[in-house]
Amino acid sequence: MSLVDALTDTDPADRDDTPISERGPAPVQVVVAFGFWLFLLSDIVLFSALFAAYAVLSGQTAGGPSGPQLFDRTNVLMETGCLLASSFTCGLCTLSFEAHKRGATYLWAAVTFALGVAFLAFELTEFTRMIGNGAGPTRSAFLSAFFTLVGTHGLHVTFGLGWLAVMMAQVATLGFREMVIRRLLCFSLFWHALDIVWIGVFTIVYLGAH
Amino acid sequence: MAQLQDSRDKAPGGGSRGRNGVLTYATGFFFAIILTLASFWAADTKMVWGPGVPVLLAALAIGQMGVHVVFFFHISSGPDDTNNFLALAFGMFVVGLVVFGSMLIMANLNANMVDMPMDRLMQMQR
Repeated sequence: MSLVDALTDTDPADRDDTPISERGPAPVQVVVAFGFWLFLLSDIVLFSALFAAYAVLSGQTAGGPSGPQLFDRTNVLMETGCLLASSFTCGLCTLSFEAHKRGATYLWAAVTFALGVAFLAFELTEFTRMIGNGAGPTRSAFLSAFFTLVGTHGLHVTFGLGWLAVMMAQVATLGFREMVIRRLLCFSLFWHALDIVWIGVFTIVYLGAH
Repeated sequence: MAQLQDSRDKAPGGGSRGRNGVLTYATGFFFAIILTLASFWAADTKMVWGPGVPVLLAALAIGQMGVHVVFFFHISSGPDDTNNFLALAFGMFVVGLVVFGSMLIMANLNANMVDMPMDRLMQMQR
């Protein structure tokens, strides 16, 4: 048992009477997850700047194609379904890992990974179709803002897939350690946060297009 | 991980242990699907008064974000979640400032802009 565990491993009944200054350091899991939570919120602030740019520039098509002419709702619904389902399976993956079920962990991680790849495939198909039709990021301010916002989200998803692969390698080599649980929980927070950003993207960019 | 249950503060995303974690995620997934389909329906429907559609879409999106925060991040308004909740509130405050502030300022600048074709503007700059 580490020093931190020893200091914090007290009976909850006693703990309520202990003044906050005498409770000792917070558990590592709480410190790590809270720090990661702050990072995620700052990442969402980053996206908010891109959303603001898109909201301001969405009408500036410079005579080029506008949103409703370019966007395919069915494609967006498929993307949304993939990302939402992958968020759910990612939660099941962390639960399986916490329950020390190795097979289920790999299974749900693989499903999460496949859904993430499917999302990226839908997105890249849309991007190549748009660029092929002459609606690339250089066409108008609207399209610059669109590719920056949606592309940044796509980059985050790509990074998340890499992280998931690394986590599965750590599950295979390091096994069920507290350290690996903490990292996997951080990954699942990251993945859920991307889903929250995507809600903003499909509502404002795709459904809000007029 | 005894320290998770004993701690006064809760970690975001944690705290599902001991409760029915799968049920929590499944409930969140269910509500998220309903709200997503409602959003896609609302964007195309003729049943809602036209100018009201963006408001409806915004309400559905905020509702779905709330579902994610509660069921996937396991953030609550309980006393063991004060730090997480305050951080979230501050984050949302900054997001609101950036997005609505930018939109307000740019709409104001646009409204005060002299309406003039671009080629004449360019000539004036020479």
